[in-house]
Amino acid sequence: MTAPDPDLRKLVEGYSPPNGVADELLQPDGRLRPVWRPLMRLIAQEEPEALAERFRRGDQYLHDAGVYYRQYSGSGSTERDWPLSHVPVMIGAEEWETLGAGIVQRAELLERVMADLYGPGRLVEDGHLPAEIVTRIPEWLRPMVGVPPRSGHYLHFLAFELGRAPDGQWFVLGDRTQAPSGAGFALENRMATGRVFPDVFARANVTRLAGFFRSFRDTLNGYRSQPGGRVGILTPGQHNATYYEHAYMARYLGFMLLEGDDLRVEDDRLTVRTIRGSEPVNVLWRRLDSSYADPLELNGASTLGTPGMVSALRAGAFTMVNALGSGVLEARALLAFLPRIAEELTGAPLRLPNIATWWCGQAAERAYVRDNLSRMMIGPAYSTRLPFDVDDATALGGRFRGTAHPSISDWLEAEGSQLVGQEAVTLSTTPAMIDGALVPRPMVMRVFAARTRDGWTVMPGGYARIGRTEDPTALALQDGGSVADVWIVGKDRVDPDTLAPSQTGAARYRKQGNLPSRAADNLFWMGRYVERADSAVRLLRAYHLRLQDSGLQETPLLAHVQGHLDGMGLSTERGVPEGLQELFDSAQNCAGKVRDRFSTDGWNALGDLSLSARALSRAESRGDAAARELSMLLRKLAGFAGLVHDNMYHSSGWRFLSIGRALERALQTTWLLDSFADPEAPRGSFDVAIEMGDSVMTHRRLYPVEANRDTLIDLMVLERENPRSVLYQLDRLRELEVMLPMKAEDVRMSDLARLILRTQTALSVAHPEEVTGAQLGGLRADLSAMSDELSARYLQ
Amino acid sequence: MPILYDIRLAISYSYSAPAGAHRTVLRMLPRDRDGQRVLRGALRVEPAEDFRRDSLDFFGNPRTELSHARPLSAVSFTFEGRLLRDAPELPLDLSCGLSELRAEIAAVHSIAPDSPHHFTGPSPRVAPDPAITAFAREATSGARSVRAIVAALSRAIHDGFAFDPAATDVATDPAQAFAQRRGVCQDFSHVMIAGLRGLGIPAGYVSGFLRTIPPEGQPPLDGVDAMHAWVRAWCGAETGWLEIDPTNDRWAGADHVTVAVGRDYGDVSPVKGALRSAGGHGTSHSVDVVPVRP
Repeated sequence: MTAPDPDLRKLVEGYSPPNGVADELLQPDGRLRPVWRPLMRLIAQEEPEALAERFRRGDQYLHDAGVYYRQYSGSGSTERDWPLSHVPVMIGAEEWETLGAGIVQRAELLERVMADLYGPGRLVEDGHLPAEIVTRIPEWLRPMVGVPPRSGHYLHFLAFELGRAPDGQWFVLGDRTQAPSGAGFALENRMATGRVFPDVFARANVTRLAGFFRSFRDTLNGYRSQPGGRVGILTPGQHNATYYEHAYMARYLGFMLLEGDDLRVEDDRLTVRTIRGSEPVNVLWRRLDSSYADPLELNGASTLGTPGMVSALRAGAFTMVNALGSGVLEARALLAFLPRIAEELTGAPLRLPNIATWWCGQAAERAYVRDNLSRMMIGPAYSTRLPFDVDDATALGGRFRGTAHPSISDWLEAEGSQLVGQEAVTLSTTPAMIDGALVPRPMVMRVFAARTRDGWTVMPGGYARIGRTEDPTALALQDGGSVADVWIVGKDRVDPDTLAPSQTGAARYRKQGNLPSRAADNLFWMGRYVERADSAVRLLRAYHLRLQDSGLQETPLLAHVQGHLDGMGLSTERGVPEGLQELFDSAQNCAGKVRDRFSTDGWNALGDLSLSARALSRAESRGDAAARELSMLLRKLAGFAGLVHDNMYHSSGWRFLSIGRALERALQTTWLLDSFADPEAPRGSFDVAIEMGDSVMTHRRLYPVEANRDTLIDLMVLERENPRSVLYQLDRLRELEVMLPMKAEDVRMSDLARLILRTQTALSVAHPEEVTGAQLGGLRADLSAMSDELSARYLQ
Repeated sequence: MPILYDIRLAISYSYSAPAGAHRTVLRMLPRDRDGQRVLRGALRVEPAEDFRRDSLDFFGNPRTELSHARPLSAVSFTFEGRLLRDAPELPLDLSCGLSELRAEIAAVHSIAPDSPHHFTGPSPRVAPDPAITAFAREATSGARSVRAIVAALSRAIHDGFAFDPAATDVATDPAQAFAQRRGVCQDFSHVMIAGLRGLGIPAGYVSGFLRTIPPEGQPPLDGVDAMHAWVRAWCGAETGWLEIDPTNDRWAGADHVTVAVGRDYGDVSPVKGALRSAGGHGTSHSVDVVPVRP
């Protein structure tokens, strides 16, 4: 017996779940469930400010880790902060074990159904499943019929959306078999929630998640058929709602993050284009919907896929996790037949039932639905949406949500075979802390299962979604709401576990695999855009400072600067013109495509730059005010450069980023000098050029004379100790190039290396007066040629 | 009386900017089926492919996968072969009525390629279209049996639509072809498929050839210069599949040679390629179907 605890009693008394629902925190008799006691005691005793401070720690973690999701609305999409509900859901280990057994049974059943639908088709022949349903489900992909999976299994990673009925029983709202998301987000929820309640977490015997991911990772690695074979995560790319998770899982598990365009089918082998050439891919964990995977044999309009992927699967060239076409199992209509199929195939009923579903293509079922409209949700039979993901073509409790039909009976008669009725569900509630009070909110929980060498294993935890209002019907979950961690609490002590190698052993090097060409391309261009933005900001600032000096009057020098800015696509109407904003956006866009290879700090710094520029671009400032804004951006740019230089691991990705910066800086400087070192240029042009090079002090120290063409060329082109000179960039390029992969066709050195070396040597021995305008033009051409050569060699 | 045909189908593409490494899926080889046997035949690719695999697709059509490793400025695919065609007389109409058809379809417990279930719902290129369904209902109001409905709809399309190769292209959807009442065999077939499905009759697409020069004393047909298309409809368990050519309003017979069958053009298009080409491209296409003199 624990001592009576007045704070805890008060907390529990203040918490009242709606009638007729199960509650996670309280037993039907109103008493606290034992697994919640340690957490609730802490919440009850903690001062409100201290509790708020805990929550802030969790939010800070999510912010620093850069966790976001992409939300789509009518006009486009935006990245949203992660909506964590800080109070985890607690489930006892014994209950979890029962639930897990039900999930494993369901996973095994789904594998058998899948094998039949893409194999002999006996379920239909024997009358257990209407042919009409199978042939009408868009995700039943005919080209995949008769293609056996290389691993011997169709399904490897599944999720189940669960709810708890008023009688306390768990049931499945939907099987997620296509490419389920959420496991990575569940990990992040765990990290954040662990920071909110580190003390409770340490003592509460919460089962750790790492073991689940470790065995899944090892299983996928085990599917490799050759020593150099790669395991990749196939993502639709940065515009996907859950791209963050794809990048996160790739980093966490040590897999390559790949887009369709990274891959090629050569003959009938699947390969990835890397900076070293093409490498075999043996396993793909697919996060892209099946029909988009191959424009040649599946959805011809897809731009996200790889032509020939189906062919490679037919040839048994690699393992697809899950097999293409697995989305067929998500169709609502199937849920009406699974219970009977389970009995037919396994001789046993489903231990974990699903939401009661009636296919209205059958007269008796249709009549039942019609007679029970008030407790039915009627919607598209072949949709793969979850029941609470209600669209306009749905009738709820006898009323239409959107499109009007004359009457529901007529609708059922006319389109019965395309409709299912699903029992309107009542969900359980779980505590959420809202405005300082613990209140009940409806929840659903996504649970994950992975196939390992020893069969299915269930992730000990989950991804709970918490409704925004108290409404216990599934509808509350439709418009957002929040998410929470799920703690499985046992009686035995749990040792900490992570996926990282053991801390006491020798440091082990984990080879990441070669950089995909597309990732290298994005890093290279991110470097170029950031550096181009740097040049633009400097020149714009020089313009506005001089504009102020001239009393906002036009001068020949201002016109000259403006001419150069025009060439860069930048207007002088305001401090931060649209063209500059676009450069920041382009840099951020490149970074967004390589989230798995780019640090969170770097990403945040770039996002901050883009946001600041956007805010400033609304100001109508000129002259001094504009110069101040630009100086602020310049400081932020310097901060970003510092991060890249001092903090980023010197991987091959970092090299391409650095090459992009060096090349762009050399190009910008050469271009600038071409016009500002011209003896015909207006008075003051030399000073602008020196200022652009951040070299006013250096010039004063090095040359006892006023700036002239020779001192300018010497300082900005030939002075290899000046980090803004062209020769400095060439030295840098040479250093970086040497570290890039050699190719078989190279004789001693690559053409790119020759080009760099030739230019570097010419500048090393040049006198300032030899670097004429024509020479500068030639230098620009050489630098452009380097960029082209680099692209052709590594980036395509 | 069986007819022996010599067949030549040539499709070629040229690119103004060389197209990079690419893969192609061809459905150009005529298939064996009831009343049709391929005696010999070969598909030639120029320039020669680097990789090739021949197999059958879901609907049993011969499918050829090719890849070229080097950029191409032009490529051609040519099938030449000999084939025996024997079209039986159309038997008496024993097909059921439309009201019985629904139950007859439901009684087919099969997802095998010939099952009518594949051909009732929307398919890649043919979506349900209320306007076409209304047209089909009106055009077939007097017909009793499913087969009579099929014949009536073919007649209505043939009579009401103009054959006009300039009016549509390969990407035209049935709704547009229907709205303008003109097009080519592909459009007529798609409109008819949409109409039949709208009435509840399973309907599919057949690609193939027409005999180039008609038998003596018969008028020339439309659609002989290129690949042709017509419609197959499932007329109940007893009758099964029947094929009809709405472009020429006649049941498919000894003059019709099948290459592939599917739900619509999307399942049977002769050349599908992933061409990575920056510039435009040109294409040409020729067909010869000549009876072999005994």
